[in-house]
Amino acid sequence: MTDHAHTGLPQPQAPKAKAPPSDNIFYSEKFRSILYQIVLILVVIGLGYFLVSNTLTNLADRGIQSGYGFLDVRAGFDIGEAMISYTQDDTYGRAMIVGILNTVKVAFIGIILASILGVVMGIARLSSNFLMARFASLYVEVMRNIPLLLQLFFWYALLINLLPRPRDSWNFADIMFLSNRGLKYPVMAENPIWIWVLAAMLVGAVAAVFYARWADKKQALTGQRPPVLWPSIGIIVGFGIATWLLGGAPTAVNVPELRGFNFRGGATISPEFLALLLGLVIYTGAFIAEIVRSGIQAVSYGQTEAAEAVGLNSGDTLRLVVLPQALRVIVPPVTSQYLNLTKNSSLAIAIGYPDLVAVGNTALNQSGQAIEVISIFMIVYLSLSLSTSLFMNWFNGRIALTER
Amino acid sequence: MADIMNTGANFIPTEARPAPLSVRPGPLTWLRENLFDTWYNALFTLLGIYIIWQAVPPAIAWLFINAYWLAAPAEVCDGITGACWAFIHEKARFIFFGTYSFDEQWRPGAAVILILATVIISCMKPFWNKSLLVIWPVSLTICWILMSGGIFGLAHIPNNLWGGLPITLMLAVLGAVVAFPISIALALGRRSNMPIIKAFCVGYIELIRGVPLITILFMASVMLPLFMPEGLTIDKLLRAQVAIIMFLAAYLAEVVRGGLQAIPKGQYEAADAMGLSYWQSMIFIILPQALKITIPPMVNTFIGIFKDTSLVLIVGIFDLTSTMRTSIQDLDWRAYFLEGMVFVAIIYFIFCFSMSKYSQWLESDLHRGHKRI
Repeated sequence: MTDHAHTGLPQPQAPKAKAPPSDNIFYSEKFRSILYQIVLILVVIGLGYFLVSNTLTNLADRGIQSGYGFLDVRAGFDIGEAMISYTQDDTYGRAMIVGILNTVKVAFIGIILASILGVVMGIARLSSNFLMARFASLYVEVMRNIPLLLQLFFWYALLINLLPRPRDSWNFADIMFLSNRGLKYPVMAENPIWIWVLAAMLVGAVAAVFYARWADKKQALTGQRPPVLWPSIGIIVGFGIATWLLGGAPTAVNVPELRGFNFRGGATISPEFLALLLGLVIYTGAFIAEIVRSGIQAVSYGQTEAAEAVGLNSGDTLRLVVLPQALRVIVPPVTSQYLNLTKNSSLAIAIGYPDLVAVGNTALNQSGQAIEVISIFMIVYLSLSLSTSLFMNWFNGRIALTER
Repeated sequence: MADIMNTGANFIPTEARPAPLSVRPGPLTWLRENLFDTWYNALFTLLGIYIIWQAVPPAIAWLFINAYWLAAPAEVCDGITGACWAFIHEKARFIFFGTYSFDEQWRPGAAVILILATVIISCMKPFWNKSLLVIWPVSLTICWILMSGGIFGLAHIPNNLWGGLPITLMLAVLGAVVAFPISIALALGRRSNMPIIKAFCVGYIELIRGVPLITILFMASVMLPLFMPEGLTIDKLLRAQVAIIMFLAAYLAEVVRGGLQAIPKGQYEAADAMGLSYWQSMIFIILPQALKITIPPMVNTFIGIFKDTSLVLIVGIFDLTSTMRTSIQDLDWRAYFLEGMVFVAIIYFIFCFSMSKYSQWLESDLHRGHKRI
């Protein structure tokens, strides 16, 4: 790779025919490489100048002002669901933030659920149980080979058409209702204490990590491993409950109630969100299942046999011996599946979930600021991709084989 | 036990292990080994049987038994509990060919068959030589003439009337044909020693791979007209095609790069030692080996783009998904959306599944030389 194109071809048959190649500057590798790069720069600059000048003329013709100033202008359109307060009197900028948050929400939940589904299906595909293995491979083959967009239409149409109207909604113990307006579920009435409970549980999680480290050390010293799972859960839940009690133990619950044609109170998971989440999770889960299966198969069978020989049962074999080794093969391709899921969440626009692209598209159509809006899309998705892959690289580095 | 071993004098044989319960192969043994070997497997099996019992008979009843199979107006299907395949009778031509002039629809049909034949030929190993360089341009030209017309007495059909399967195939196949050489150039550029060329290629590949296809489609459909000089317009279909090419080229470039990295350094050094120039060593030594091992992942990338062509619906191109969606919005037939979706899903499935089986077969076939029997 390095020293190709030194010179022309050495020709053993006719050594005298050629002058020594170094005489000619065009045969110098260095000169050529600089020449090529200068040409590339000139082409890029020329093309860039051509495009920019065209764009400026076109924008001037259409009377569009370029720049990000439009982000401060009143948006004037409604957004179906927002994680922060938003009305149509808010600015385009705030609308875009609502869209970004919606994208992050569906991607985050989707990644977690798709991982669970993928791991379960990947293991099921290798199961000794004939039915399970068949079922898992049917799932993988069907879902991988049908476009995600079609699947989204399918789930959305199913939710909208087959679920009952709010009046006849499926009632789960009078507190949860599933209808074609979405899933209504009760939430704890707003109270500042819940933030603190959440914070306490985070602190508890950190404490649990330290406890697990201590258990590792103890195991290394004495060979006895103190129980970790249940004490950790206890610490986290205990911290939460203690804070809740200290805060006066609020118990007010906001339960959805049918009033007339629709529900009031409670919280809603919209059918758009449900359809998008279902589609993304089921589609990506199929790909992850394939990756998990090949990762497990990449672990040599001798490892399983050795684990059985030292007396581990099949669950422990999988958990302690096979999966940790398979993880090294699994993590890099799964990372790209996570990125795919995040990017595929942009298909939300097709079923009306207000993600970044859907909101941005409305903003684009209203304001005509095509370049600005699309550049925002690109920046947001690039940074989402970058942060996901940074995190996964860190995780991959942690589980990578430490060689001597 | 230990003393006995140590003295070694009085050898007491351990008792023989009990014989396996059943060694005779038979349906019962198979059941016990594959479905009921442990208590949790038995549980899963029962659960599986329950799910099959719940799901399969209704599905079969809906799809086949209670379905209405004949061509009929929509009213006939009122009140039947199965699928109304009359919908497909009514809409199949529209789903396949969109708004293409009805009497001329043999032309997109012929173009689809021709392009499929070309793809199938390209998948056969005996044709992996220069003959493909002739077959492809000829076949694409004939397809173009068939679709667009205007010569040989064929009526001209403007491409805003095209739709359905030909569009899906065109976007995917033409996209792959054009993106392939670009991707090789990008992959070589990414491994180049020239910093500016390398930076350019890395920047392009990572930028495209970092954003969703929709953004690139939006860019092509909204921004491209702004980039063009006044008076020059590129039609909508071509813009979507450009977006797909740009997108696919970046993904294929990463696949090709994987192949280039898999070639041992000795091959590069040997090519240099032979005195081959950069292009000679690439064309005669490195690329033939690298491309051969990358064919299976390339087929997988192609399956991905084949499915992703459905996204052009969002920028208003009439591909297969889009014609289906238009059909199920017909007021008379809107109750039969499931039939339309199942129909189109089966079409996509047939294409993608056969490609993925081909890629799996090819992978094992290409590895034959490295495998121990």
